[in-house]
Amino acid sequence: MQKDQPVLRLQELTRVHGSGATEVHALRGIDLDVFPGELVAVMGPSGSGKSTLLTIAGGLDTPTSGKVLVEGTDITTASRKQMAALRRRSIGYVFQDYNLIPALTAAENVALPRELDGTSARKARREALAALEEMGLGQLADRFPDEMSGGQQQRVAIARALVGDRRLVLADEPTGALDSETGESVLGLLRARCDAGAAGVLVTHEPRFAAWADRVVFLRDGSVTDTTLRSQAETLLQGGVAAQ
Amino acid sequence: MSIRHGLLALLDRGPRYGYQLRTEFESRTGATWPLNVGQVYTTLARLERDSLVVPAGEDDSGHALYAITDKGRTELREWFARPVDRKSPPRDELAIKLAMAVGSPEVDIRAVIQAQRLHTIRAMQDYTRLKAQAIETGPTTRDEVAWLLVLEQLIFSAEAEARWLDHCEARLVRLAESIGQADDDAPKRQADSTDSATHRPARR
Repeated sequence: MQKDQPVLRLQELTRVHGSGATEVHALRGIDLDVFPGELVAVMGPSGSGKSTLLTIAGGLDTPTSGKVLVEGTDITTASRKQMAALRRRSIGYVFQDYNLIPALTAAENVALPRELDGTSARKARREALAALEEMGLGQLADRFPDEMSGGQQQRVAIARALVGDRRLVLADEPTGALDSETGESVLGLLRARCDAGAAGVLVTHEPRFAAWADRVVFLRDGSVTDTTLRSQAETLLQGGVAAQ
Repeated sequence: MSIRHGLLALLDRGPRYGYQLRTEFESRTGATWPLNVGQVYTTLARLERDSLVVPAGEDDSGHALYAITDKGRTELREWFARPVDRKSPPRDELAIKLAMAVGSPEVDIRAVIQAQRLHTIRAMQDYTRLKAQAIETGPTTRDEVAWLLVLEQLIFSAEAEARWLDHCEARLVRLAESIGQADDDAPKRQADSTDSATHRPARR
C-alpha cells in the first residue's frame, strides 16, 4: 500500500497568523504523507494547529510557506479556477455540522459537486445514488436533511465527500455532534471507504475515534511530536492483554 | 479478577472438567485473561473446600468432572447481583508512576505522559481493529458477543486513561506556570518567565 504515490503530501508546511508581537505560529514545518487506503488521525490539544492543518490541506486556507500536493498537484500555486476544480474532483471535506444544503435532498446534495463539475444531471444522480447506497442510505435518497438524523446526515456528507473519483477525504471532528454509537458507525464507514482505496485525514480530540486510524499523528504547538502505527493486534492479544 | 465466579458461571451450564473450563473461560473472554490449567485446578479445589462445587465422577474419556452445588448457585446469583467493589481500587502502576514523578524534579513528567499516551492510543488502535473485524463477521454466538463486549471494555478503559493523561498534562502546565512564579527553587523545566505569551515548559 505504501508503494503508491501519496494522495496528500504536506511538505515543510508553516502557517503564521498575524505579525510582530502578536505573531502566532500555528504550524511549524509539518511533513505528512497520506497514502491511498490509509486513514490518518490528527490529535492534539486545542491550539495545537490540527484544524489549521486540515483547512490548508483542503485548500480552504493558504500556508505561509511549504507545499501541499494533492495527487501530485501543488495546490498552493494553483489558480483559483484550478483550485476550485481540485476541490470538486479530488478533495472531499466533512464538517462537524454536516454542512448539507437544506433545500436539496440527500441525492441532490451528493450530486451537486458532480453537476458543478459539468457532469450531466442524470449521470450525477446515478453516481449520487450509488454513493448513498454504499453508505447504506439508498432508501433516504429523496429525503431532505431535516428529515434525517444527525448520523444519517453525516453519512450523506461522507457520500458527498467521496462521490466521483475523489480519493481524499478530510474530516474535521466529524463525530462531534453525534452520540457515541452513531459516531462510531460513521467512523466505521469512513474506515471502510479508506479500506476501499480512499485516503483520509481525521481531526479529532476523541481517542476512541482516533483509534480507527492506521496512524495517529500528535500535534503540539504546531509541530508533530509523535506518530503511532498500528502493531499486529493479533500477536498483542495472543500474549494476553491483561497479563500485566 | 474473579476466576472463581467465572468458573461457577460456566459450571452452572452443567458439569465440566478442568481443561474444558479453561478453554471455555478463554473463548468467552477472547483469551484476554489467559488462565493456566494450574490456576483452574487450584480454584476448583478452593471451590470444593467451600462446598460450592462437588466432584461429579468422570466422563467417557476419564476426565474428572465437577458440578456446581446449590450453595454455589446462590453464590453465583449474589455475584451477578452485587456491583463490583470500587472501594479498594486495584493498584494502578501509571497513577503511582505519575505521583512519584511529581515529587521527582529531575523527571520530565510531560515525556512520561506522552510516552504513555502513545502506547495507550496504539493499543486502542489494535483493539479497535479487532473490534472492526468482530463487527464485520457479525457476532452471533454467545462467545462472539462476549468477546466483543470484552474488547469494548478494553477500548473504553484505554480511552479513560488517554483522557486522564490529557487532563494531567493540561493541569501540570497550568500549575507549572503558577508555581514557577512563586517558587525560586523551581525545577529547571519551568520556562523563563520573561516570555509569558509563549510560555511553554521545555520539551523532553
